[in-house]
Formats: sequence, C-alpha cells, structure tokens
Amino acid sequence: MKAVVTVIGKDQKGIIAKVSNILYAHEVNILDISQTVMQDMFTMIMLVNFESDVIPFKDVTDALDECGKGMGLSIHVQREEIFTSMHRI
Amino acid sequence: MINPFEIVETIRMIDDENLDIRTITMGISLKSCAGPDIDVVCGKVYKKITTLAKDLVKVGEDIEEQFGIPIINKRISVTPVATLVDALDEPSEEKAVMIAKTLDKAAKTVGVNFIGGYSALVHKAYTNGERILINSIPDALASTDLVCSSVNVGSTRAGINMDAVKQMGEIVKKTAEKTADTQGFACAKLVVFCNAVEDNPFMAGAFLGEGEGECVINVGVSGPGVVKCALEMAKGKDFGYVAETIKKTAFKITRMGQLVAREASKRLGVPFGIVDLSLAPTPAIGDSVAYILEEMGLEKCGAHGTTAALALLNDAVKKGGVMASGYVGGLSGAFIPVSEDAGMISAAKEGALTIEKLEAMTCVCSVGLDMIVIPGDTPASTISAIIADEAAIGMVNSKTTAVRVIPAPGKKEGDVVEFGGLLGTGPVMPVKRYSSEEFINRGGRIPAPLQSLKN
Repeated sequence: MKAVVTVIGKDQKGIIAKVSNILYAHEVNILDISQTVMQDMFTMIMLVNFESDVIPFKDVTDALDECGKGMGLSIHVQREEIFTSMHRI
Repeated sequence: MINPFEIVETIRMIDDENLDIRTITMGISLKSCAGPDIDVVCGKVYKKITTLAKDLVKVGEDIEEQFGIPIINKRISVTPVATLVDALDEPSEEKAVMIAKTLDKAAKTVGVNFIGGYSALVHKAYTNGERILINSIPDALASTDLVCSSVNVGSTRAGINMDAVKQMGEIVKKTAEKTADTQGFACAKLVVFCNAVEDNPFMAGAFLGEGEGECVINVGVSGPGVVKCALEMAKGKDFGYVAETIKKTAFKITRMGQLVAREASKRLGVPFGIVDLSLAPTPAIGDSVAYILEEMGLEKCGAHGTTAALALLNDAVKKGGVMASGYVGGLSGAFIPVSEDAGMISAAKEGALTIEKLEAMTCVCSVGLDMIVIPGDTPASTISAIIADEAAIGMVNSKTTAVRVIPAPGKKEGDVVEFGGLLGTGPVMPVKRYSSEEFINRGGRIPAPLQSLKN
C-alpha cells in the first residue's frame, strides 16, 4: 500500500533522520523524497510503501504524530489515492 | 509523484478549511422484516440492522485514519417504517413506537449517530398504517434519541395532500411540546418533504426509497469552507470566473466523496449507491454557506441578491460535482439550515435574514426551510401553511423542498435557542401573525400542476 508522508513546519536539523528512522522501524520503504519551502514553511513530501502486513497503519501514524509534536512539525500520513483521485481525472 | 502543491492544497483543505465527508449512510431495506406479529417484526428489524451495519462505524474510522479525511457521521437509513406498521395485525400507535425504539436500540448497538426512516409517503393519500405512524411521531421522537422521521406530503406528479399538510402542522407542534424541556429539540429530527428523494444520505430526511435494493452505501460530502476560501482568491472577478472557481472546487470535494464511497462499499461488501454533493454547513466558523454568499459581495446573507447568489452557487456545485462521481444523487446542492450555519445565525439575529427571504432562497437551493426556530405559540395551522407554501414551491418547480421548523415552547421572537453540536444555535424568527386556519381546514388535495405552458 502506497502512502504520502507530508512534513510541514520550521526547518531544523534531523527531520529526515527522525522520520526515516520511524519508517524503517515500521518496515515502511521510502520510494521518493522531495523537499521545498512553500509559503515560508519547510515542506517535505515522501512517497512510501507499507511492506509489512502485520504492522497496522495506525502504529505508523501514531509514531510519526508523536515525533511531529516533539519537533513542532505537522506530519500527515495518507494513502496515495486521496491525492490522485482529487487532482487527476 | 504527485505535485507537492497539490498535496499541500489537499492537506490545507482538510486542516484549515473544514473539508470533510459529512456522512457515510448505509441504506437498509426492512421489507423482509414485515409481518403480523409486532415482537417478531422488532426482532427481525434489530437483527437485520445489527448484522448488516455491524462494521459500518469501524470501516468509517479506518478510512478516516488511512486517508486522513474526517468522516463526521456514520448513519443508517431504512425503508419507510409505515410499510411495517401496515403489515401488522391490529396496528396501533404503541406498536409503531415499539418499532421506533427498536431502531433506536439497533442504532446504539452499532454505534451510528442517527437512524432515519421513521417515515411515511403520503403525497397522494394515506394507508391505515401511514396514518398510525404519523400520529405516533411525537411519541416516537420524544422516547428515542437517534431516530429521525420524515413525511412526504406532496409531489410534482401527485399534487399536495392537504390533509397530511394539516396533520403535519399539528404533529410538529405536538412533537415540540413533548420535548419542551429541550426547547422542542425532537422537531430537529422531523422533516416534512415535497418530492422526497429515495437515496438522500443526510439527516433528518434520510430514508431508503421503495425503488432501492437490499443494502447500499451512500455518501454525503461537504465543504462550504473550501468554496469560501477558493472564492477569496476571486475577489472582484466576474460571475463567469466565480462559477468556474466553484465548479473546480466542487469537483475536488466530490472526488474525495467518490473515493470514500467506493472504499467503504468495497470494505463492507455492500453496493455503492450515490455521492450526494451537498454543501452542508456546520456552526464552526469558516464552515458556512452564508459566508460564501457574502464572499460574492453581499454585505449580509439575506440582502437583495442573496437568491441570485445562491442560485449560482447551487448550480455550479452540481456542475462541478457531476463529472467527479459515477453516480450523483440525493439532494445535491447547497443546504441552508439556519441554526447550523454561523453566517445565517448572525444574519437572522440582525434581522437581515427573514423567513420570507429564506422561502425565496428555497426556490433555488437544494432543499427548503431548514432548522428554523419559530415562536412557541405559533398555531399549528400556521405551521401547516408554511409547509403548504414550501410544498407548492417544490411541486411547481419539480424540486425537493422541505420544512424543518422548531416551534420552541415558551420562546418568542428575539430569544435564542441552543441545541448544541452540529445542530447549533437558533434565533427565534418571527412568522406572520395573520391566520391561515380557514385555508388549512379545507383539506383535500391540491391537484398536480401542469408541466407545460411554463411561465
């Protein structure tokens, strides 16, 4: 199952390291990363693939949510289809 | 990979502009539960609902989590209960209320927040069971928490059943009096329709129509805040541009509804029915249909020009949404429930928005006079006359119209009634003080209108 991880907030050291560590721990594979500054906000977008059948989606979102709160970032994990269906015909 | 700007746009719509899926509504046919014995019927109704909808809430929550899109309500609509009452041996109001209580219990067991379909379709005439069901509505709504009721009193093909209109004025009044301790709250669960639709997922008017299947998933999307924010970028532009902007936004919102509907249908193993692309406001700031109209350039919702603005909005929402979903249905358009819309609450408090203006607005919006609190001493015949006026608009214009008014006991013009939650705050709006009693007492039927020579 493919999903998009979006990290929005103030740029700081260790964002990619912390986020990718959590993903690694939950057997989530990173397929693509892009980062940019949008409206003065650091925005990192990762396309990831959930490879474990046993680790629930919620565990990953909860872990990232906690990490985001600790660093003052907003982190979303959403299945890819929501974006493709909304923006592609 | 998807464009980062598009990803951020979607997240902004959800986080900042209140985009949500308003409801996943499972339609369940109760036709197979009909029978002569009330206890057997109640047993079958409870079993059928709790079996078919047992995973509804869980699936809704899973989708919410995985797609990151809030799904506010999970609900159930059933086929009109009047048909069950008709099939009973010695049907009575008490037996009808027992079915209402069974629906309430089943809804609580599966965890949904409303169950609709305590309904009767009497647009031409009554059956015995329908008459009994309608008479039982005040007791049924006062003795349950989650049951919603609707009655269809008119249609373009049948005309208006004025006997039912008269009766519904009295029923609305009784329902308010039965729940005087909550300012007539039960009336918020009662809708009187003309041209009711069979696949509406929104409460309180949802029921599963006679032409529907065994079980179906219908989804209602929302997002007035998203449309308002999109229009902020269109300041000073002409109406062609405004309509285009609304269409594009409605398309995106509906795509999300379509995705959720397909996903829910797949996970529950239930066929997908329709997406209802209605702009349904909530009392949250920034989630108001009135603010969209004001964004178009009106100082206050209710000012002259409001009907034109709403007509454009309603039409553009449909045009944008139709292409985004395989099956569009329900009420689809813009809702104008006064107590549930921050902008309308404010306009009504200031006197900018009156019942007369709202009536005009219902000619071009998706439903009708919705969530309007009127003085508690309003005579039943005046409520019937309000229903008759709305039904006439629906009948002549071949559209759905409805009346959901709350004659709040003991309240008068200028008072404010707090319902809380999604139902919001209702300023008590004045109604005409001139009597319609003689008119309503005539009874009978208003014949169906001519469908040609349109002027």
